[in-house]
Amino acid sequence: MVTNIDVRSGRLSKEDITKNFADVHPPLSPGNALVESNRCYFCHDAPCVEACPTAIDIPNFIRKISTGNLKGSAKDILTQNIMGGMCARVCPTESLCEGACVRHTGENQPVRIGELQRYATDWFLETGETFFERGKSTNKRVAVIGGGPAGLSCAHKLAIFGHEVVVFESREKLSGLNEYGIAAYKTVDNFAQREVEFILNIGGIEIRNNKSLGKDFQLKNLQDEFDAVFLSIGLGNVNSLGLKGASMNGVYDAVEKISELRQSKNLADLPIGRRIVVIGGGSTAIDIAVQTKKLGAEDVTLAYRRGPKQMKATWKEIEFAQNNGVRIKYWVSPKSLHSENGHVSGIEFDCTELDSDGKTFFTGDVRFMEADVVYKAIGQLLEDDFDSEFENIKIEKGKIAVNSKLETSIPLVWAGGDCINSGEDLTVQAVEDGKQAAIAINEKLTNIK
Amino acid sequence: MANLKCNVGGIQAPNPFWLASAPPTDKIYNVERAFEAGWGGVVWKTLGMDPPIVNVSSRYGAVHYNGQRLMGLNNLELITDRPLEVNLKEIKQVKKNWQDRAVVVSLMVPCEEKDWKYIMRKIEDTGCDGVELNFGCPHGMSERGMGAAVGQVPEYIEMVTHWVKDCSDLPCIVKLTPNVTDIRKAANAAKNGGGDAVSLINTINSIVSVDLDQMAPEPTIDGKGSHGGYCGPAVKPIALHMVTEIAKDPDTNNLPISAIGGISNWRDATEFMAMGASGVQVCTAAMHFGFKIVDDMIDGLNTWMDDKGYENIDDFRGMAIPNVTDYQYLNLNYDVKARIDESTCISCGLCHISCEDGSHQAIRVIKENGVKSFEVIDDNCVGCNLCMLACPVPNCITMERVDSAKEYQNWTTHPNNPMRIIEN
Ligand SMILES: Cc1cc2nc3c(=O)[nH]c(=O)nc-3n(C[C@H](O)[C@H](O)[C@H](O)COP(=O)(O)OP(=O)(O)OC[C@H]3O[C@@H](n4cnc5c(N)ncnc54)[C@H](O)[C@@H]3O)c2cc1C
Ligand SMILES: Cc1cc2nc3c(=O)[nH]c(=O)nc-3n(C[C@H](O)[C@H](O)[C@H](O)COP(=O)(O)O)c2cc1C
Ligand code: SF4
Repeated sequence: MVTNIDVRSGRLSKEDITKNFADVHPPLSPGNALVESNRCYFCHDAPCVEACPTAIDIPNFIRKISTGNLKGSAKDILTQNIMGGMCARVCPTESLCEGACVRHTGENQPVRIGELQRYATDWFLETGETFFERGKSTNKRVAVIGGGPAGLSCAHKLAIFGHEVVVFESREKLSGLNEYGIAAYKTVDNFAQREVEFILNIGGIEIRNNKSLGKDFQLKNLQDEFDAVFLSIGLGNVNSLGLKGASMNGVYDAVEKISELRQSKNLADLPIGRRIVVIGGGSTAIDIAVQTKKLGAEDVTLAYRRGPKQMKATWKEIEFAQNNGVRIKYWVSPKSLHSENGHVSGIEFDCTELDSDGKTFFTGDVRFMEADVVYKAIGQLLEDDFDSEFENIKIEKGKIAVNSKLETSIPLVWAGGDCINSGEDLTVQAVEDGKQAAIAINEKLTNIK
Repeated sequence: MANLKCNVGGIQAPNPFWLASAPPTDKIYNVERAFEAGWGGVVWKTLGMDPPIVNVSSRYGAVHYNGQRLMGLNNLELITDRPLEVNLKEIKQVKKNWQDRAVVVSLMVPCEEKDWKYIMRKIEDTGCDGVELNFGCPHGMSERGMGAAVGQVPEYIEMVTHWVKDCSDLPCIVKLTPNVTDIRKAANAAKNGGGDAVSLINTINSIVSVDLDQMAPEPTIDGKGSHGGYCGPAVKPIALHMVTEIAKDPDTNNLPISAIGGISNWRDATEFMAMGASGVQVCTAAMHFGFKIVDDMIDGLNTWMDDKGYENIDDFRGMAIPNVTDYQYLNLNYDVKARIDESTCISCGLCHISCEDGSHQAIRVIKENGVKSFEVIDDNCVGCNLCMLACPVPNCITMERVDSAKEYQNWTTHPNNPMRIIEN
């Protein structure tokens, strides 16, 4: 039987793929960094600082770049945000610091804060030095569950306070979605692992890889060995499409596929569909769409059920996707999947509009798109079925509930990062949560004698 | 971590970054916030005799250079306009609250011994660490026989310094005006008068701009303007030269220097200390950006000293002085030629045209298939550096030394010198 389905590897040459997956923002040259750093007005009580979840003293670190004090600059960044290097690469700065920059307000031309941050931190990481020293031992032990940005940030800060830390991580490598999720062209040259090495250099942090909470150990087992626990398990589940046949061949979860892509030794070997439909409207949708396009897909359509104003992806991400040849189709909601021999072949949509109350309704029109592969990128969920003990933990709006000090409903158990509702699900927010939790844990542990 | 402690003519401070006598140091509110930010010392806004002077409104003008604000600042401000007792009370309080920081009081009173004696008694009572004699203010006060009017006459400098030293043991810094032909004379007079240190520069006489509609200098005060005092990044080279002159003169080379003029960051400050300054003072940069800039100054100096292995400021202080020599002793056989790195060249053509029209026609443009490249004609290149300085790409043009075989020869023995020393 003749089939139209076209999914194969090797759509582009190795050279083209290498070019496509090069650094999206190549590092600033010294000359550029000088000019750019001098564009900063050194605002007082600067709006950019307020817009940074980790409150890096941005004007100060930029001034230090302009005076040639790169070490001082890196110190200002890294003391506030130990993953300043990764954040410089992956933060949606257009909605954070750069979005708040007075030169954005004034002339639509913000200071390139992210790139300057990368300039200083790259320089410093290259020196192999560190500013941080492990504190005098307190003989307190803290378990950190999940070695992503939240977990590592917490572990590092706890080590500074002198506590002994054990990080339990279910995967092979540390750094969570920095390693398995972030788009490949944002963090080239194995940066995630180089940063992990920099963070762990402080000492006092033991790593137990391939150890999953719920599978290999239980929360209650930890209480004997540890004085406190920090949960930073991220979001392990994904929303379901709620359509018949959603598990058929050719319909994939974007996060899982991005993880495969990130770990692939040879990108040209990945099977890629000719016509792709991505369902979703956030940055994961943008990332899978752009990456498949860069791998050689012919048509990539991102289908979103509402309009550009409602889309979670930032204007810059949308622009980036479009510049990379991704077509964005607004106002369509998935209706049914079509298949050929058990493999997806297309998808039908209901057309939508907003009513006067801002609610989405179906107009009655339908659209059909042919597709060799459909990626769903419609949000992640807390994995909450892995530990019977979790029945006791309070969940709010689908995430672990915490108080203002990030403590959960279970005494001496804190949580942070994507698994709580602190801010947006971003690397920088996870780092901040980890830092704040470490401060709270330290406060509590030093008060318990 | 290096030790940043400094000692300027007997006045100690935890670091060499002080605020110069000016609005940032004119009251307890400012000074305490400056200390909280980390400044090592302050020179209090100049005090005078009551009744206080009266300042004008519309006081400052500026030179903005190619999009950068305040490259130069000009001011028409006089000394403090607050009553003496108010200042004295606040100074006393500040010193009590901040014992480890240097609190120096700047003074300017009429050229009468009794007035200086009177004010010195009052100052001693504050517990401050020293005084600075303001012989520098170029406007407003000199017309009244104070400030630069004293600073421009070495005999007066010496005389007033004597009066002050005779009646008080407080360390005394003499602040010099740059509006003189030979700064060394003023410094020497300060030394002969018994001054413990000199500070320089105060502001330079200036008119920064003319309002072409009002046809009056700026700042314009009800249609008129006046000459003011110039400071800020633009004056640094002038200040650096004057500091060097004093540091290298055999008559004054032991006189401690508190350097002032255009210092905006750790590097500027370090350059002054390399030229012999024991500490520095900052005014415009703090007026522009606030007290927080001291963070980079402390941090940058610390890092630089650590990198170089200097433990104390004295380890590198004055190290550049021996390398300042007179023109006649410079090696005339030293020869450098421009080298253009084609891989970073952006073909703007500025190296060519600056040399072609402004120097020695030593850079040729080669156009092949519409692509321009630039080639140095070594025979024409005199090694003036102009192309390197004009090139917008850092390190694209460098100067290469090419005289390897030639021996050192200076003007004193050069054949072209009719008065050369002939060795036999
Ligand atoms: C595709 C994608 C792209 C993204 N792009 C960006 C971006 O460009 N910029 C940005 O700022 N943010 C981005 N994010 C979001 C960002 O990656 C997350 O907000 C951030 O990683 C959250 O950190 P975390 O530590 O809370 O969780 P994670 O990074 O998810 O780390 C959780 C860690 O816990 C481990 N773990 C999970 N369960 C267990 C268990 N039971 N036992 C032990 N260990 C466990 C996991 O293996 C993982 O290592 C992206 C997210 C995705 C999915
Ligand atoms: C507004 C203003 C007021 C000043 N007032 C005084 C003063 O009262 N006494 C004094 O000795 N110098 C005064 N100065 C000079 C400064 O102390 C300093 O010598 C000069 O500004 C050079 O330093 P800078 O380039 O860092 O500004 C004043 C400068 C400015 C800009
Ligand atoms: S700086 Fe302050 S005092 Fe000066 S004009 Fe502005 S508001 Fe007035």
